[in-house]
Amino acid sequence: MNVRRLYALAFKETLQVWRDPRSLAIALLMPLMQMGMLGYGVSLDIKHVPLCVFDQEHSQASRSIVDSFVSSGWFLISRTLDRQPDLRNVMDRGDCNAAIIIPANFSRTLAATGTASIQAVFDATDVNTTNIAMGYAQGAIAQANAELDAQWAASHGVLPYLVNQVDLEPSTWFNETLDSRNFIIPGVVAVILALVGAQLTSLTISREWERGTMEQLISTPVTALEVMLGKLIPYFVVGLIDAGFCLAAAVFWFHVPFRGNVVTLFVTSLLFLIVVLGIGYLISVHIRSQLGASQIALLVTMLPTTLLSGYTFPIDQMPAPIQALSLAVYPRYYVSILRAIFLKGSNLADLWIPLLGLSVYAIVIIWLAARAFHKRLD
Amino acid sequence: MNLPPVIFAQGLTKRFHSFIAVDHLNLTINKGEVIGFIGPNGAGKSTTIRMLCSLLRPSEGQAFVAGFDVARQPEAVRAHIGYMSQKFSLYGDLTVRENLRFFGGIYHVPRRDMAERMAFAISMAGLQRREDTLVRTLAGGWKQRLALGCAILHRPPVLFLDEPTSGVEPEARRHFWDLIHELAEGGVTTLVSTHYMDEAEYCNRIALIDRGKLIALASPRELRSLELGGELYEISCTPLGSALKILSEAPGVVEAAIFGDKLHVVLGSGGLGAADLPHFLGEQGVHADSAHPVMPSLEDVFVQLVSSDREARVIA
Repeated sequence: MNVRRLYALAFKETLQVWRDPRSLAIALLMPLMQMGMLGYGVSLDIKHVPLCVFDQEHSQASRSIVDSFVSSGWFLISRTLDRQPDLRNVMDRGDCNAAIIIPANFSRTLAATGTASIQAVFDATDVNTTNIAMGYAQGAIAQANAELDAQWAASHGVLPYLVNQVDLEPSTWFNETLDSRNFIIPGVVAVILALVGAQLTSLTISREWERGTMEQLISTPVTALEVMLGKLIPYFVVGLIDAGFCLAAAVFWFHVPFRGNVVTLFVTSLLFLIVVLGIGYLISVHIRSQLGASQIALLVTMLPTTLLSGYTFPIDQMPAPIQALSLAVYPRYYVSILRAIFLKGSNLADLWIPLLGLSVYAIVIIWLAARAFHKRLD
Repeated sequence: MNLPPVIFAQGLTKRFHSFIAVDHLNLTINKGEVIGFIGPNGAGKSTTIRMLCSLLRPSEGQAFVAGFDVARQPEAVRAHIGYMSQKFSLYGDLTVRENLRFFGGIYHVPRRDMAERMAFAISMAGLQRREDTLVRTLAGGWKQRLALGCAILHRPPVLFLDEPTSGVEPEARRHFWDLIHELAEGGVTTLVSTHYMDEAEYCNRIALIDRGKLIALASPRELRSLELGGELYEISCTPLGSALKILSEAPGVVEAAIFGDKLHVVLGSGGLGAADLPHFLGEQGVHADSAHPVMPSLEDVFVQLVSSDREARVIA
């Protein structure tokens, strides 16, 4: 290992990246665009579900049911109906995703039997949204029930707690506002770094082959290890800049709470970058055209990272074989590390399991990368 | 003076699957020689040079460069050679100065010598005041001279130049060869491949290679006198076609070939003399001027050597 040669290589590579519009765009523009698109585009929260109301009674009791839907904040009345058959049209046009139908004898039945039903209809073409909206509806009904109980108790001179025997008081830790953005944005950062990092280094060796400079380079006494390190060092700097940018955007732009410490974040990000850049380099050594290498890098990183890293689709909900497969998807470790650092303020000791996963990956990748490049043409 | 050869190859062979690119090549090249590596495209010139630079592994045989085994000591070989590959191989997106600095770093040129070596390379390439130009914008001749400048930054004792002048205008080629001779005077041993026959004249010795085999290794003068098998004469005659036919079968004629609008005839001993030619042709209805001796071009020699070698191989 020779520092002078390492420096010469790293400096040259930096100049080339700086002067190559394509590399520069990948290095600086891609994270910006992806952060914007994924940060804003991906949200699992459903607010203001358009609600259609068909109140056949217009009594005080029926209005209080409707009010409890509106006051929950999750629903917005988009239509009120006068005739039942219109509901189908309204749903078809997509004017509402949910509807409540209150029967004409609602308050009479309630007064007579102490219990009455209302009907709720959901447009279940989007299963996820429907599940969440159904949950919201049940919440609204529970709220309405509590109020009815209180009214009933007051009118009969009984204390209400005798009626409501068990009350659940949920307490949501780490993401108190239950904002899915807080959960997704740290994952987005991991996905961006995985994609951009591999793209960048996938060009580094293939560029030399494609431009015919490789033959000259390997005719010099430079060693394979020097080539690897000299070429990776500039991309480490670029990767750290990208990581810094994305993480800063998460904290200061998307206002994801940051509860961990910066050193933990830096150490784990460095480890992740080793893996990501090493994978791009490995691809670059084996594919001698820039286009081919960058496409392979995209293919290798894009699908596993978006599907199996757990950044939107929870890994523990996947079938066991897929879960086993996801162990090989290195971004999953960084996704869980980032979430834990951001939301829980975890330190290195807390994170030893994903850190171990990443470290094993880093060692294997660097070992493979160091052996991959040969200074021969045959 | 009994110095060991700077480049020594014995039975050097390279096979790509069933294709034999280089076939049991023997070479002995001494310090300070400029060797021209000549042969048709695909003859195995580049493959041989790449083996000598440790870029390709020999399939068989041995080679030593600057005393190091190309198969077993590749890094030692690389530290002692300068190499210019066939394809232009500097970084086009770097400036003249940045390329030189890069190769200086890669070859580990001592820092205190860098300024002087870079200045030398720049003046050698004639690139003064263009130090900060991007290399891809330079004209061909400048690029080649800069590539040579980069290849010799570390003062290697051995230089391998693979078709360094291809695609370069004649004046720039001439200039390039002057540089090679200056280096040779300083004791640098150089192996240059070229497909320009006229460039063979600039070499101390010529290694002629065809279909992977070394056909000849000799100085231009030796090649001319020995290999033709006689004296070369030029003669104007009409009609040219019949003259060629008659002379090809005439006693004492080793070889006859059309050369422009004239005939080139190689006369051996014990047959027709040069003075007899006009009369001999006249008898058979061909008008001919008197024949006069000419210096054979190296091209004549190569054509002769390659064709006789191929015939020999067919017979063998």
